[in-house]
Amino acid sequence: MKLNVNGKVHDVDVEEDMPLLWVLRDELKIKGVKFGCGVAACGACTVHLDGMAVRSCQTFAGDVGEAEITTIEGMGTPDAMHAVQQAWVEHQVAQCGYCQSGQIMQAASLLAENPVPTDADIDDAMSGNLCRCGTYPRIRAAVKTAAARLKEA
Amino acid sequence: MSRIGTIARRTFLVGSVAIAGGVAFGYYQYRKPHANPLLDELGEGEAALTPWVQINADKITLITPHSDLGQGAASMQAMLLAEELDLEFGQFEISPGVPSPAYYNTALADEGVPFNSHDHSFPADAMRGILGVVVKIMGVQGTGGSTSVPDSFDKLRTAGAVARETLKKAASEKSGINTTALKTASGKVILPDGTEYSYQELAPIAAGIEPVTRVKLREPSEWRLIGKEVQRLDILAKSTGTQTYGIDLEMDGMVHAAVKVNPRQGGALNSYDASAAEGMRGVLKIVEVTNGVAVVADNTWRAFQAAEAITFDWGPAPYPADMDGHWAEVANSFVEERLDAEWRNDGDVATALASGQSVEAEYRAPYVAHQPLEPLNALVLMEGGRVDIWVGHQFPRFAQQKVAEVAGIDPEAVHFHQQFSGGSFGHRLEFENITLATEIAMQMPGTPVKLTFTREEDFAHDYPRQIGMARGVGRVKDGKVDAIDLQVATVSSTDSQIARLGQSAPPGADTQIAAGAWNQPFAVPNFRFRAYKVPPLSPTSSWRSVGASSQGFFASAFLDELIHAAGADPLEERLRLCNHDIARKVLETVGDMSSWGTDPGENRGRGLGFVDSFGVPVAEVVEVTNTGDGIRIDKVFVAADVGRVVDPVNFDNHVKGGVVWGLGHAMNCEITYADGMAEQANYFDHEGMRLHQCPEIVVKGLENASRIRGIGEPPVPPAAPALAAAIFDATGIRLREMPFNKFVDFV
Ligand code: FES
Ligand code: FES
Repeated sequence: MKLNVNGKVHDVDVEEDMPLLWVLRDELKIKGVKFGCGVAACGACTVHLDGMAVRSCQTFAGDVGEAEITTIEGMGTPDAMHAVQQAWVEHQVAQCGYCQSGQIMQAASLLAENPVPTDADIDDAMSGNLCRCGTYPRIRAAVKTAAARLKEA
Repeated sequence: MSRIGTIARRTFLVGSVAIAGGVAFGYYQYRKPHANPLLDELGEGEAALTPWVQINADKITLITPHSDLGQGAASMQAMLLAEELDLEFGQFEISPGVPSPAYYNTALADEGVPFNSHDHSFPADAMRGILGVVVKIMGVQGTGGSTSVPDSFDKLRTAGAVARETLKKAASEKSGINTTALKTASGKVILPDGTEYSYQELAPIAAGIEPVTRVKLREPSEWRLIGKEVQRLDILAKSTGTQTYGIDLEMDGMVHAAVKVNPRQGGALNSYDASAAEGMRGVLKIVEVTNGVAVVADNTWRAFQAAEAITFDWGPAPYPADMDGHWAEVANSFVEERLDAEWRNDGDVATALASGQSVEAEYRAPYVAHQPLEPLNALVLMEGGRVDIWVGHQFPRFAQQKVAEVAGIDPEAVHFHQQFSGGSFGHRLEFENITLATEIAMQMPGTPVKLTFTREEDFAHDYPRQIGMARGVGRVKDGKVDAIDLQVATVSSTDSQIARLGQSAPPGADTQIAAGAWNQPFAVPNFRFRAYKVPPLSPTSSWRSVGASSQGFFASAFLDELIHAAGADPLEERLRLCNHDIARKVLETVGDMSSWGTDPGENRGRGLGFVDSFGVPVAEVVEVTNTGDGIRIDKVFVAADVGRVVDPVNFDNHVKGGVVWGLGHAMNCEITYADGMAEQANYFDHEGMRLHQCPEIVVKGLENASRIRGIGEPPVPPAAPALAAAIFDATGIRLREMPFNKFVDFV
């Protein structure tokens, strides 16, 4: 089957029910997307399908179809970061960093949909993304900075 | 400079003199000179100035032997070296180095001896016990116990200074100009006329001269990096998905493995049927491992699926099958035969308790899992008599040894490659992923095997925090706390860990059964503290803040009950009892920060928790609202004294993370066993805190203490008792058992 990842079409030979997470990580070697729980309980595997945040561990490869898949690598690079990534750097959010790809993808999806989220909106959108290191206060601050930055742009 | 600091520096200098034979580090009388591990791999024209700095023609590498588990240890270690060596961030690479006794952790050894300046007597046998632990377990290159900063602070700055002065000496030989006229900046030695020699071009000369070991460390006023807000070295990578963790490694010809090991920890594999798995797509091999079976496949998910398709007959658990059995064993341990140590007996507790108003309470702390977000994994290649292992671990030397044991080869033939870890919290002190991956790789020589645990396998084999209970009896008199008789009984996570290392427990008392409780800076006139060791149940391990995570809760919460019974104010009474200036300032500071004493408002409550652990006094005030839909945690104020805040951004992030960790697990986490198996299988059963429950957290780091301390663990213990006190203030409900959501709802 064909998958469009970060603007590039890949041909993969996998089972229909292989979670997108493992197609990305093990077949396409795209490692920014992380495995945390495998059951939609942590958000580490969050990617965008046509701009919308989904849990790739619960998305079957066969269900993706033509949708454009974006991973953290497709958001920006260290030299050309997305506004959300910039905010994450500015606030030095990461500790171990393992959850942060998912957090950033979730936040970017939130801001694309809702450019001026309230505190309650942020809580709702981000609470599915677990951070065992407890970086939540900085995540909140970074989401707000990113929102402001995106509004200026 | 404190005494131990002086010793550490002196021994460092002695070691530096003999660079050709190696630089020695360690805890004074146990130390032997160790070979310099870098000299083995040096190429021509390279100089190894100390085991922490490597310079060759194209790069400068700083060796940061403390594992980076997400706590920023690599960045902190590099900062200390770069401060004295006059390097800018960006001018060097970092490497975790190879496991070596030269990276012996002096602070871990120190951690076991009584450092609190509170005037307490210390049982001599406990001292022996801890030194035994130090020698057997801790006296190695280790990361844990919040020791990275204290271990590194003098050593690495000195190493940086030795390197700098030696490079200046090399520049002096090259130019003929006296070193006193030379300056260093941004990776260069600068001559009076402005001529610059890069460190790299000086490296070959430096390699041929005696290092300068009489160095003067910079005054705090001269620091460019320490105590300043700097950008963590890994922050760009971790914000762009480009940080590689152990689980991300790829290698030519690599295969993926999954395991199923008896979920009754330590129980046998009786039999299994893998016929359904054998024909599944991508499955390459199915092999037996200790107490379980591994599937090797061409993709992680295919390995998981196939492992799931195997049916098993598991043997019984070598511990009580359910929680009633565990709790009964704990409850039955408050007896003379199981007394581990009487740590304190001040005044006359028996007489004091015979009269007046007495208060009694019993507390419980459950098993709790570590479950960092990156599942356990390990990549192992066995080929031509050597084994290479790539994994993130807190004790590289022991990991190396474990692999050697399993593979039946010499530890020298095991090459350990430290990886960045997606969290640990004590989880990566254990070896199961490492030994299992080695067992699989041995059955596939020449093929790199990456083992990844499913989250369910990781939960099933997490060695959780110790289970424990406390019984307190106390008396209040004239509005004051007058007597406390506190007894704690827990299993020994130290013994459990030591047993897995194949060692016998050292003699003497287990400090962790008493940690956070026996040595608090409060002069209660009559105070007895007894610690009981519960016989081994299911395996347990060190969990962020170790013994203090449960014992700190018991002691702080019981003191709170007594203060309430006395009709006193929780802060005022603690200040009255406080016999330690550093702790007093911490308490006063958190009082100011939180406007303690003002009315918290309708349906609101405020609670204070204080625990001194790992030598760091930490006070936390938690504010909650009883919303009607449950308790909401609004705000937390934290004051902590670590002597010196080396990296303020990381300090703040660490304290907040510790508070989130302490609160989240106190609220809703426990591991329970049924039929010998953990009932919690994934994060939905054991959540910790999520963002919507996270309060605003205000942090203040104080620098009054004379010794520098780490902050990874000390913010954890006060969080639970502060939350319990706040909930009591708001609702009148006393919480004496974690997790609290068994008794109250949270929003
Ligand atoms: S791995 Fe997908 S939500 Fe946890
Ligand atoms: S930064 Fe470690 S899990 Fe979020």
